[in-house]
Amino acid sequence: MKNHVLRPLWLAIAVVAAVLIAREFLVPEDFGVHGDSFTYNFYRLGNVQEWKDFQVKYQGRERCARCHEEQSENNAASMHAIIQCENCHGPGVDHPKKIKKLLIDGSRELCLRCHQKLAYPSSQRSALPGIDGETHKKKKECRKCHDPHLPDLEDA
Amino acid sequence: MNPDLVVHGAEWTVKELFVYPNEFIYWSIQIVMYPYMTGLVAGAFVLSSLYHVFGQKDLKEIAQFSLVFSLALLPVAAVPLLLHLQQPMRAIEPLLTPHFTSAIAAFGIVFSTYALIVVSEIWFVYRQYFVEQVHALAKQPGIGNAMRRLVYRALTMGAYEVGDKAIATDHKAAKILAAIGIPVACFLHGYAGFIFGSVKANALWMSPLMPVIFIMSAVVSGIALCMLTYIVIMEWQAFRNRRRGGVHKASEIRGAETEVISKATRYLLGFLIAAISLEILDLIFRGYTAMKSWDILRSVMYGKDFINIFVLQYTLGNLVPFVLLMLPKPTIRRTVVALILVLFGVFMMRWNVVIGGQAFSLSFSGYMHYHLPIIPHSVETFKEGLFGALSVLALPFVLFWIINKFVPSLRRDADTG
Amino acid sequence: MSCSRRDFLKQSVASVAAAAMPAATFVLLTPEEANAMVEESVRRWIFLVDTEKCTGCGLCVKACKIENEIPYDAPVSRTWVERYVVTKDGQTHIDSPNAGRDGFTTGAIRGEEIDPENIEKAFFVPKLCNQCDNPPCVQVCPVGATYQTEDGVVLVDQKWCIGCGYCIMACPYGVRFFNPVTKTAEKCNFCYHRISKGKEAACVQACPFDARRMGDLKDPNDPVTQIVMTERVQVLKDEYGTKPQVFYLGLDEKVR
Repeated sequence: MKNHVLRPLWLAIAVVAAVLIAREFLVPEDFGVHGDSFTYNFYRLGNVQEWKDFQVKYQGRERCARCHEEQSENNAASMHAIIQCENCHGPGVDHPKKIKKLLIDGSRELCLRCHQKLAYPSSQRSALPGIDGETHKKKKECRKCHDPHLPDLEDA
Repeated sequence: MNPDLVVHGAEWTVKELFVYPNEFIYWSIQIVMYPYMTGLVAGAFVLSSLYHVFGQKDLKEIAQFSLVFSLALLPVAAVPLLLHLQQPMRAIEPLLTPHFTSAIAAFGIVFSTYALIVVSEIWFVYRQYFVEQVHALAKQPGIGNAMRRLVYRALTMGAYEVGDKAIATDHKAAKILAAIGIPVACFLHGYAGFIFGSVKANALWMSPLMPVIFIMSAVVSGIALCMLTYIVIMEWQAFRNRRRGGVHKASEIRGAETEVISKATRYLLGFLIAAISLEILDLIFRGYTAMKSWDILRSVMYGKDFINIFVLQYTLGNLVPFVLLMLPKPTIRRTVVALILVLFGVFMMRWNVVIGGQAFSLSFSGYMHYHLPIIPHSVETFKEGLFGALSVLALPFVLFWIINKFVPSLRRDADTG
Repeated sequence: MSCSRRDFLKQSVASVAAAAMPAATFVLLTPEEANAMVEESVRRWIFLVDTEKCTGCGLCVKACKIENEIPYDAPVSRTWVERYVVTKDGQTHIDSPNAGRDGFTTGAIRGEEIDPENIEKAFFVPKLCNQCDNPPCVQVCPVGATYQTEDGVVLVDQKWCIGCGYCIMACPYGVRFFNPVTKTAEKCNFCYHRISKGKEAACVQACPFDARRMGDLKDPNDPVTQIVMTERVQVLKDEYGTKPQVFYLGLDEKVR
């Protein structure tokens, strides 16, 4: 008598074999342990390069200064020297090639990020010159009176 | 709304006080359904094994039924996970690149192993029946019968030997598989508990008792569902027979058997006591050790989730059915009420673990409230809403109906080991 | 702007800023950038947050969202800024409206005004992925779709992530979320595309107050490394054993 008891086992082996064959086709070749530990370094190696190739948007003030000399120099001499151009002008990635003119954020909300007075002891926030956005010239954009590039020289 | 702005979880999460910006109830109703359904599978299998392995003869009838029903439940246990995945098309990956330090990675393997055991056991139990059908249908004309015969031929997997020796081998194999199946069933479900219990970031989940609690309540819910379905089907058959004037065989008219029910009830109570004891132990331990997280846990358990935990789960879902089942002179009707409450209680336990574990912020400084999407307005609110959950609940009964057409688990004259 | 003027400016700025560079080089390379090209893979990136310097302007969050293409109006962010206001009655009020993306332009917390007289102490705390040495999020990924690179940064493979959410659950810091566009797990990766090109992370560059800085733990001369080595720094939720690599200066006991 042929032993029929083993038939379900064949089924099991067939399932395992199917998965193993599927793995050959579906798992990327660079998938594996790339490092010391299976716990933390089990991955598709190609993904690292994919992340490295992600597009950079913010260029930094040095790049801006290459063309916008005057504004850069002015700004560099002011209290606002610590602020990156792109914080207000937006990321320069496609400028000037694709985007001719960057959008300038001239909103009160932008200035109030720092200059809304918050009397917080033990926080640097209270050391910044501040106003109450609710009462101080409420309808006006700040830049109508204050030059964002030369904020500390305006009193003259 | 712009679909790019619809953050997963934001649609059903309401935040209170300070919650980290990225925190939402990411694991929602389907992750409640997942351990619930796995629990039912495991419980149903354990119930059937009580007969096959430990020879509890009075459980014979319900054991056959439980075994087939656990097969119907089995694929459904994986459905909630599929519905929950954000990338369901990649669901095969845990089998392709399993990262075994993750509790979820083994799911495919444990699940498939268990499925093979259940299917094999059913095959051994019903092989003789399959062979008989192949022979019986050969004499009957009609394309429907021919088709049925084809299915049965496939089901025999080419093993037509039905001598005494072969049948004895079948029984022995079924018994061995049932014995192997118990630890695997417990593992399948205990490991669902491990998925939660091992998350150190979650103060409510992290507990070594979690897997054990899950196994105990799984068996409770599995036994309860099998008993309930068994009673309903049997009573329905008896009712139908009475209406037709009772011309069928006497053995089919009886309805649910009291001895079967009372025996199964005793097992149910035993596992229920074990489950509650462990849960209470866990709770006492958390309160007594009062770690950093206890303040927020207490405010959730005794405050926000009080009704869910102490009223719905412990009182209505555990205490009331416990009393109902312990009362002398049990009746079928009272048992049915108790079983429904037990099933509800276990569901609430899953709910309170999964949703309750996300009811507070990781900052311990705020809360999140879950609002189950009822009327779906997108795929996501269907999948992870009331109707998604109800679909999952209904699926095993549909599958059972189909499977039962070929594997008659409810026929009293079916001779099985 | 005319071409000739641009060229002139480029050259003049370049000659001032990078005298060390060969004259023919058109692209500006700072010493850090040059460094990045020479010795890859022998680093361990670390981050230093000086909470004393943070003013809650939120420019870091804004820059991060744009740089990393996280939908600007989605309520999730790779980095965020929390505000803590401790009042004299001992209560701690914490908030992070819009993850701090628009800064903190009102004293009210969740609509409730707090009397400045009543404030004992108040401060801002930037948060981001800690790039843990023992990242629990990586441990629990069932498919190896998130991992630690050899320079210590934890990345997510968006093409392999199945979106189960286990990593989100496993992170004690709540830094992970589902990216609404890719439908995969998303988190801060120290702007891996920027730091591996020798640039600063977007948040670091955007911060006007030097509250955020980055360094290489394996370089003993790195200024950030020197601070971490010689000053009293703190990490978040030490008790989870995750070994965070984001260090904090001036961290208060109230910070969660």
